[in-house]
Amino acid sequence: MPRHWRWLVPYLFLIPGGLWLLAFFVVPMLVMASVSLQEGSLGTGYSLTWNFGIYPETIQHWAPQFARSLWYSLVVTALTLAIGYPMAYTIAFRGGRYKNMLLLLVILPFFTAYIIRTLSWKLILADNGVVLGALKDGGILDAGFRLIATPVAVISGLTYNFLPFMVLPLYVALEKVDPKLVEAATDLYASRLHAFLRVTLPLSMPGVFAGSLLTFIPSIGDFINSEILGSRDTTMIGQIIQRLFLNNNAYPEAAALGFTLMAAVLAMIFVYARAVGADELTR
Amino acid sequence: MTAPAIAISGAMPERRRSTGARLSALILPVFTGLAVVYLFLPIAVMIAFSFNDPAGRQNITWQGFTLGNYVDVWGRPDVTGPMVTSLIVAVAATLISTVLGTLIGMALTRYDFRGRNGLNLLIFVPMATPEIIMGASLLSLFVTVGIQRGLLTIVIAHVMFNISYVVVTVRARISGFNRSLEEAAMDLGADEWQTFRRVTFPLIFPGILAAALLAFALSIDDYVITLFVAGRDITFPLWVFGVSRLGVPPEVNVLGTLIFVIALLFIGVQIWAQRRQIMAAPTRLDR
Repeated sequence: MPRHWRWLVPYLFLIPGGLWLLAFFVVPMLVMASVSLQEGSLGTGYSLTWNFGIYPETIQHWAPQFARSLWYSLVVTALTLAIGYPMAYTIAFRGGRYKNMLLLLVILPFFTAYIIRTLSWKLILADNGVVLGALKDGGILDAGFRLIATPVAVISGLTYNFLPFMVLPLYVALEKVDPKLVEAATDLYASRLHAFLRVTLPLSMPGVFAGSLLTFIPSIGDFINSEILGSRDTTMIGQIIQRLFLNNNAYPEAAALGFTLMAAVLAMIFVYARAVGADELTR
Repeated sequence: MTAPAIAISGAMPERRRSTGARLSALILPVFTGLAVVYLFLPIAVMIAFSFNDPAGRQNITWQGFTLGNYVDVWGRPDVTGPMVTSLIVAVAATLISTVLGTLIGMALTRYDFRGRNGLNLLIFVPMATPEIIMGASLLSLFVTVGIQRGLLTIVIAHVMFNISYVVVTVRARISGFNRSLEEAAMDLGADEWQTFRRVTFPLIFPGILAAALLAFALSIDDYVITLFVAGRDITFPLWVFGVSRLGVPPEVNVLGTLIFVIALLFIGVQIWAQRRQIMAAPTRLDR
């Protein structure tokens, strides 16, 4: 290739994959936005009427499910952070030569299908299942006590399924913290707790942000956990979008809900990207 | 009487602190151990119930040990059919996304070009988008354009969500790559293609393999996006979800367990390849 054509090389590398993402990620988003502004039915066909009114209408109509999804995801993010931070900290600082093996142990369960894992939780939490059955037979729990079909079941399922998304970014951030800095702090008479709060924790904040984002976003859109472990009282916005699209064929309404969720997600990503820099996103 | 008392009171705080420190040193590893047990709990239940001999359709309570499910599963086309569909989709999606993603990963690590930030964003956003939105928007596209949903649309969707993960994995492995090895090869008279085939590719291969494994795992596991783009074709996760309302037959646990074991084997191979790479690298430098 002649030398003055060299600048073209990176574009040749990235065009096939880039086009695929444009055609099947970006364009579908725009199509979904356009569908949300159309009116009509499957039988008569749809036409674009710029019906912006559908947004306040649907958001208002499904506000309880939106609020519930938001609330569940916040709890899930807090729980995964509470479980994931000590885990990532232990692996990063106490893992020694077992670091990689411990990380593998964190990821390994996720080589089982998502659906099967969640169905397994249904079995574990079942009214007379492995755990509750034994506790009820032992007289520790009331016979009427149940976990399945409650918000507790949905939140614990979500927490389980998204825990690695929290642990891995936290580990990456904590792994970069130089133990010598902590040592210097304790040498300067900071207590161990103080050294953690003033040195380790602030340095691991990028991991906390990344982990929270990667846990919060899939939780808020999830519909598997509520579908399998929940009940009608735990319905999340993901389930509504799925039903409107696939069962009711209510495309404009479903697309409006989907695009609202996407806009919220994009806003969060942009704030995050500004905070860490775009090149760090895919690192 | 006083002397030993003083000795004890002098020693006490010292010893108390050491037990305190030992306790706090124990808390974190014990917590992490429990968390790992928690992560494996559903897997253990899945494996255990693959050996269960249920009385009816519901595989919920323990009835007795049997190996029969591992034999029966092969005679049930309703179980193996969707599995075969899943494998076809996963292999096709893995091959395409690994090639496309590796190319982007190389562009990002080896070249400077305009539009880097935009590309980084285009790679990251799909990873952070809830699956339901990707599924819904693809459905919007296919319905609007009038594309028949089926095997082809499933593969298209799977390649789309795999690319980003391939890019990130490959990029992580190439970023530590030593460019002087390529320069050495060129200095010794190798042309660009020879350099790539004999030096670059073998060195980045473990990264590509890791990316391909991840893509395969993501693809064979996907339910949400597939649900939206599948049409009449049924993949294994779709089938499992479909039957789960009536009661999950133990054959599902059998296939889940087998996939898990195969994943373990693949990871073993990958670790082995990586070790070999590390051991082989210095010798290649020596030559």
